[in-house]
Amino acid sequence: MATKKVICTFCGSVCDDVEFDVEEFKPKKFCKLGRSKFSKKERIKAPMIDGKEVSYEEAIQKAAEILVNAKKPLLYGWASTANEAIRLGVILTEKVRGVYDQCASVCHAPGTLAVIEEGIPGASLGAIKNRADLVIFWGSNPMEAHPRHPLRYSMSAKGLLIKGRNDRKVVVVDVRKTKTAKKADVFVQIKPGYDYPVISALRALIKGEDIDVDEVGGVSKEQLKELAEMMKNAKYGVIFYGLGVTQSRGRDRNIENAVKLIQLLNRYTRFVIWPMRGHYNVVGSGEVPAWEVGYQYAIDFSRGYPRFSPAEFSANEVLQREDCDAALVIAADPVAHFPKESVKHLKKIPVIQIDPFPNMTTLVANVVIPSAVYGLEAEGTAYRMDGIPLRVKKVIDTEYWSDEKILEELLKKVVELRGE
Amino acid sequence: MHHILHIKNGIVIDPKNGIKAEKMDIFVKEGKIVEESEIDKSQCKVIDASNKLVVAGGVDMHAHIAGSKINTGRTMRPEEMRMVRQIANKFRATVGRVLLTSPAIGYEYAKMGYTTSFEAAQPPIGALHTHEELDAIPMVDKAALPVFGNWHFVLKYVAEKDIEKLKTFIAWAIERTKGFGVKVVNPGGVEAWMYGKNCRNLDDEVPNFGITPREIITSLIKATEELNLCHSVHLHCNNLGNPGNFETTIETMKLANGFSNDKRQVLHVTHVQFNAYAGSSWRDVGSGAAEIAKYVNSVDNITIDMGAAIFGHATAMTGDAPFQFTLHKLLNARWCNKDSEIEGGAGIVPIMYLPKNPVHALQWAIGLELGLLIDSDKVVLTTDFPNGGPFTEYPYVMAMLMSKKMREKELEKVSPFVQKAANLPSIETEKSLEEVIHMTRDLPAKILGLENKGHLGVGADADIAIYNLNPNEIDTSNDYELINKAFRNALYTIKGGTIIVKDGQLVEEVWGTTYWVDATKNVDMKAIEDDLNEYFDLYYSIEKENYGVEEAWIKNPTRLVMG
Repeated sequence: MATKKVICTFCGSVCDDVEFDVEEFKPKKFCKLGRSKFSKKERIKAPMIDGKEVSYEEAIQKAAEILVNAKKPLLYGWASTANEAIRLGVILTEKVRGVYDQCASVCHAPGTLAVIEEGIPGASLGAIKNRADLVIFWGSNPMEAHPRHPLRYSMSAKGLLIKGRNDRKVVVVDVRKTKTAKKADVFVQIKPGYDYPVISALRALIKGEDIDVDEVGGVSKEQLKELAEMMKNAKYGVIFYGLGVTQSRGRDRNIENAVKLIQLLNRYTRFVIWPMRGHYNVVGSGEVPAWEVGYQYAIDFSRGYPRFSPAEFSANEVLQREDCDAALVIAADPVAHFPKESVKHLKKIPVIQIDPFPNMTTLVANVVIPSAVYGLEAEGTAYRMDGIPLRVKKVIDTEYWSDEKILEELLKKVVELRGE
Repeated sequence: MHHILHIKNGIVIDPKNGIKAEKMDIFVKEGKIVEESEIDKSQCKVIDASNKLVVAGGVDMHAHIAGSKINTGRTMRPEEMRMVRQIANKFRATVGRVLLTSPAIGYEYAKMGYTTSFEAAQPPIGALHTHEELDAIPMVDKAALPVFGNWHFVLKYVAEKDIEKLKTFIAWAIERTKGFGVKVVNPGGVEAWMYGKNCRNLDDEVPNFGITPREIITSLIKATEELNLCHSVHLHCNNLGNPGNFETTIETMKLANGFSNDKRQVLHVTHVQFNAYAGSSWRDVGSGAAEIAKYVNSVDNITIDMGAAIFGHATAMTGDAPFQFTLHKLLNARWCNKDSEIEGGAGIVPIMYLPKNPVHALQWAIGLELGLLIDSDKVVLTTDFPNGGPFTEYPYVMAMLMSKKMREKELEKVSPFVQKAANLPSIETEKSLEEVIHMTRDLPAKILGLENKGHLGVGADADIAIYNLNPNEIDTSNDYELINKAFRNALYTIKGGTIIVKDGQLVEEVWGTTYWVDATKNVDMKAIEDDLNEYFDLYYSIEKENYGVEEAWIKNPTRLVMG
C-alpha cells in the first residue's frame, strides 16, 4: 500500500492522524505547515568538513575532536529531534563538560520559570476537547501557528461533553485581530505589554473585588467584567497561552500571574492553562534532560555536575559572553534566529551542525552532518505539546543516518578520544 | 559482567527459606543462586562475608521513580536538584535532595542494597514516557503499575456489570502500557474532580456513571482475581489525607471479603499512613492505625505498605488530583495538575514534614505505628517515595521498627501532640531483624508475585546485599545507630550476579530488566474491540494504533505470561 499512516513532526500538535503516499512522496490530510516538511525539500547532500564532502565516519571523528578539544562547548537545539537522540545529547554534554540548551530558552522557557514559581494546573488535549466549554487563546494564534489544533483539540473539536463548536465559547486575547480572533466569539484587544495588569484585574474581579479604573491595558472595565463572569461561569475552561505572553513585557511574571488566576478559578469551577509549544518535540528537549540531569534547559556541566541558571547558561547568554569555544547545533537554526551579537561569536568558533536540511547555520558550520527526517525516515519518541508521548514512524528508507545513530557514534568517539 | 561467586561464611537471613541468622555459603552463577556443586571453585570469585549479614536485595514495591509526575516535580522544584551527589566520572553525575535524577535513583538504591523498584502509578497514555525513564534508571529491576480506577472503560464496564469485558480491558491495557498490574487511585473521585468534586466515601456517586467507588473496587478485585494476575489490585483509597478517613479505609478493606487467593493477598492497600487518621477535623485528628492494624491482622487476604513520613522535604505526587488540590489550598503551595484524556488525572505539591508541626509529627508516628502493630507478614516498608519522603531513609525506618529506645529519643524531638493523639509512645513492640528483612525483601516480592526475588534459595535471582552487621552479635534494641548506618551503605550489592557496589561505593553499572505482565491469553479481544474503536474515535486525542508501548522499544524487557 502506497499510503501509510504517519505522525507529523512539524509543530507541537504532533497530529497522528495524517497519511503519506510513499510512492508519490505526497502528504495527505496535513496542514500547510506539516505539508511543507513532508514534501520534497532541499537536503544537505553529504557530511562535510569545511565545505568538502566526507564520509559520516570522518565527519564524526572531526566533530568528536572539536568537542574533546574544547574547554566548554555549547550543545544547542534539540527541539526537532527525537528523545532517543536528546538523551544521548545530554549524556554527551555531561561528558564534554559543556552547556546544554534548547530552543525553549528563546521561546517558552518563561513558562518553565512560572512552573517553578507556581506550578501549572493543566490537562491533556484530549481532556480539553472532551470537557472545555470555554477556550481562551491568550497571545497565541493557532490558526496560523498550529493550524489543526482548533479542529483536533480545542475550538471545534468534538468530545465527551462538548459536541462541537456551538457547545463552547472561544475567546481570543491579543494585541491585534489575528486569524484566530476572527473565528472567536469574543476578541479582547489589549495594549502590547499589558498582559500582567489585565490578568491582575481579572483576578480582582473574579474574587468579587472592584477595580478602581475605567480600563486596564486598553480593555474597558465592562469587557473585563464580562470576561471574568464568563470564566467564573464556565464548567471547564482553558487558557492556551503563546509567545505573545512569554516574550512580551513581564515574560515569566505574566505566566505566573495567569497561573495564579487559574488557581483562583479552581476555587469556583474547573480551569486549566497550557502553553502552545512550537516545535514537535520541544517538550522532549526539556523533559529528557530533566530526568537525566534534573533541569530542562540552560544547563552547565563545566564543574562536572549540572547547574541550571537561565541568566548565565542560556545559549544567547553564553554566546554573547563569548563563554564557549565550540558549538554543536542540532535541529535548530540559531544563525537565522539569534541576535547578531550571538551569531558573531558563533562565527568565530568551530561549529558542528546536525540537521536534515540546510539552513543559515549550515553556512557557518565547520562540520555538517546531515540526518534523517524523524517521522518519515527515522523512528523515535516525541512529546506532543501536552506531554503525550508518541512514537513517530519511519516509512521511507534512506542513506541518511538518524540523529540517534550520529550521536551514538559521536559519543563513542568522544569516550575513545578521552581515553575512558 | 556476571560473576561466578562464592559468598563465604556470611550470616544469612532468608525468611522465605526459613533461614534465621545461620552461618552459610551462597553460590552464584549466570545471575542466579545455585547449588555448591554447580560452581567450579577454582574459577570463582570468593567474597569473605565472615560475621556479616547476607540477605536478598531489597524490593521497593511502591515508589514514584519514573514518568511525567516525578519529572514535572523535578521541573517545578530546581531547588531539589541543587544537591550534588556525584560528579561525573566513570559513572553519571547525579543530583537531587529527595527528588532524584534517573541515574541517581538507580545508584542510591544500589548503595542501600536494594535491587528492585516498582513505579507505582503509570498514567496509561503516558506509558511510553514512564518506560523511557525506567530505561534511564541503572542498577535495579523495575516495572510500572498503570492506573485504572477512573478510566472510562472501567467505569462503563462496572456500570454495565460486565466483568468479562472488564477483564478483557484490563488485559488489553496492561499489555498496551507494558504494565505490571492493576493500580487504583481514588476510584471515581478523580472523575468527579473533572467537575470540581471528589468521592470521599465508598457510596458517593461518580458523576454521569451512576456507580460508586464501592462497585469499582469490588469489580476490579473480581476481574483481577479471575484473570489470576501475579499481583492483586493495588489500591490508593478514597478520602486520602482527611481526618477520620481510617473508617473509609477499613470499610474499603472489607470489600475484599469473599475473595481469596492461595498464593497472595487479593487486595494491597498502599501508603496507608495517609489513610489512617481518626478524628473529625485537624483540631481533633488522631491516629487510626490501631484500628486498621486490628482489622488487617484479623484477615488473611489483605496486605499494606506503610507510606511512612520522614521529617524534612518531600513532594506529594499522586493520581489523586482532587486531594492534591486540597493540599495546595491547605499549604498555599505550588500546584501542578494534569487531567488526562478519559483516564483520570494527577497532581503535584511540594511539602515539608516538620517535627514540631503537630499534624506532621502525627503522620510520622502513624507510619511507624502501622509498621509496628501490623503482623510482619502483612506490612511492607515504604515511604511512598517521594510523598512521605526519600527512600534513602528506609534504614532509619528499619532501625525505628527494631528499637523502642530509638523511638523514645526521636519522640523527644517532636511535637507533644503525638503523646495524646498517637499510640506510638506506648507501643512496646520491637521488630526483629528477621522481620524487618522480611518486610523489605520476600514479603514485597510475594505480594508482587515475583518468585525469584526477595530470597536466596537456589534458582532465585542473584540479587544480594551484604551489610556490615553481625546478626548474632548485634543488639537491635540498643545498637540502633549501627543498624541505621549499616543499612545505608551495603558492603556489597550484587545484582544478577554482578558486584555493583563495594564498601558503599559504586563499582559497576548494570541495567536491570523491566517486567511486564501479559494476560491476553485468556481473553478474547474481540469483546471490547467496538468499544475501543468508539472511545478512541470520540474521546481520545490520539489514534488507537498509536496508543501504547511495543516491547521492542524497551531496553531490557521481561514478559511474564499469565494463566
